[in-house]
Amino acid sequence: MSRSFADRGFSALVWAGAGSGAAIVALILVFVAIESVPALREVGGARFLTDRGWYPAEGLYGLAPMILGSLAVTALALGLAGPAGVTCAVFCKFVAPPGVARVFRVAIRLLSGIPSVVIGLWGLVTVAPWIAAWRPPGQSLAAGGLILALMVLPTVSLTADAALGAVPMETLRGAAALGLGRWAIVWRVALPAARAGVLSGLVLALGRALGETMAVLMVCGNDARIPRSLFDPVRPLTSHMALEMAYAMGTHRSALFLSGLVLLLTVVVLVIGADRLVRNAG
Amino acid sequence: MAGHAIVLAPVYRPVAMGHLRVLCSGLFLIGASMGHAAAASRLVVTGSSTVAPLLTEIARRYQASHPDVRVDVQTGGSGRGIGDARQGLADIGMVSRELKPDEGDLHAFGIARDGICLIVNRVNPVASLTDEQVRAIYTGKVSSWAQLGGNPVPITVIHKAEGRSTNELFVSYFKLKPTDVRAHIVIGDNAQAFKTVVANPGAVGYVSIGAAESEAGAGMPIKLLPMSGVAATTEAVRLGKFPISRTLNLVTRKPPEGAALDLIELARSPAVRDLVEDLRFVPLVR
Repeated sequence: MSRSFADRGFSALVWAGAGSGAAIVALILVFVAIESVPALREVGGARFLTDRGWYPAEGLYGLAPMILGSLAVTALALGLAGPAGVTCAVFCKFVAPPGVARVFRVAIRLLSGIPSVVIGLWGLVTVAPWIAAWRPPGQSLAAGGLILALMVLPTVSLTADAALGAVPMETLRGAAALGLGRWAIVWRVALPAARAGVLSGLVLALGRALGETMAVLMVCGNDARIPRSLFDPVRPLTSHMALEMAYAMGTHRSALFLSGLVLLLTVVVLVIGADRLVRNAG
Repeated sequence: MAGHAIVLAPVYRPVAMGHLRVLCSGLFLIGASMGHAAAASRLVVTGSSTVAPLLTEIARRYQASHPDVRVDVQTGGSGRGIGDARQGLADIGMVSRELKPDEGDLHAFGIARDGICLIVNRVNPVASLTDEQVRAIYTGKVSSWAQLGGNPVPITVIHKAEGRSTNELFVSYFKLKPTDVRAHIVIGDNAQAFKTVVANPGAVGYVSIGAAESEAGAGMPIKLLPMSGVAATTEAVRLGKFPISRTLNLVTRKPPEGAALDLIELARSPAVRDLVEDLRFVPLVR
């Protein structure tokens, strides 16, 4: 009838663990919100969207270029890494011989382990100059999107790989028995069946791309204006804070915390939206 | 990229970590002093974030020989250094500029000098720029080096982030309004300016002369441009001849005595010359 002592202890432990995890997230949110209050009070919420740019020295605190910058870089990264990651997973699962697939998976895991500062440095001294030779200044939305795509590719690829691995063998065999070719099995049967897993990989990648700071700081150029082309510099919210926080004071500093709050809320909204998409897919 | 070493200068890196670094060293000092039964005296030093990394190192050296003194270094800008010293909130204020006429009530002690110069890639044939040309570049009125007597290469303008003292010094010297500046690349520390200029033959940026001189000396393919006809050398900065340069000062309300005097004397002595040069500042003494 009654649960054992061990069972109750276990459930208390898990509740405590989960509860403290949630509490820490809430505390961070509260801290960032409190630090943003002075800026909201002195500048007013609307001006952060309507000011014609970010010039703290002149009392202008427009955040629109940074918000758009974050969204643009992230969209570009996912646009590149999504199809590429899924292709890698399909290659591993359906095309490559087992030995090759194993080596390929190790390579992808290695890629996910490269510190962002190393990828950023490579982007700064190799990728950006390569773009600059063609369309200066090189450090740009395109460079940021490329570097970020490389960083989130393993997330997309490994989760898609796992999701494809979870598709029941009978389903695939059944499809083959119906005389479907490899392309049709992958495109019409396996990928639709693994849809939820692939999408949740993309959600993870979305979060990482929005939050990535160091590499983005090094390759995006960080000019605080709205980019007009793929080859214009861009300043995402993360590099915005990293770049100016060390020397900011007063309203300027508080406005940077507000940037953090905006970023957190953007992540929350996008992740909840994407989560709903995943649930509908599953 | 092969053939020359990019020297990652062992300097204080303020990208997002500035406060943390100073805070950490502060905590370290607290920890160190708690090891001694009685910390006889405590010195509070506040002000410029340009001077803070240097003073933190000097204080560390000072405490090695004076274990009974605890030095707290806090940043908050030159304005805070002046204000805190005046109100007695700090024993010593750090100010990264010359004192203004209305600050004559304070006692100032120069500990080093700092200057900033423009750098371009070594392949850029442009040998010098007038102040007017620099203004035109930084406001986007010229966009190709061909308009300045160079090759038909687009200009990539490198600017420092808002709030950095080099940004303020540059903008005020050239009388630029922040809203008029049209930069392509906004950076935090000098190292990123060097990497961008090395990688991009059309780039131009401004950095601390001490850092530029040592990187160029180490073989980095950059060129230091003269300013108003004065060659960009640490020697010109030391002599006060270079147009965009400044003295890093320590200020006190009363003539310093005791530990404060000891620390200021150490900061001005040749014994910390290595620390001054490590941080790419220019020592006042030869």
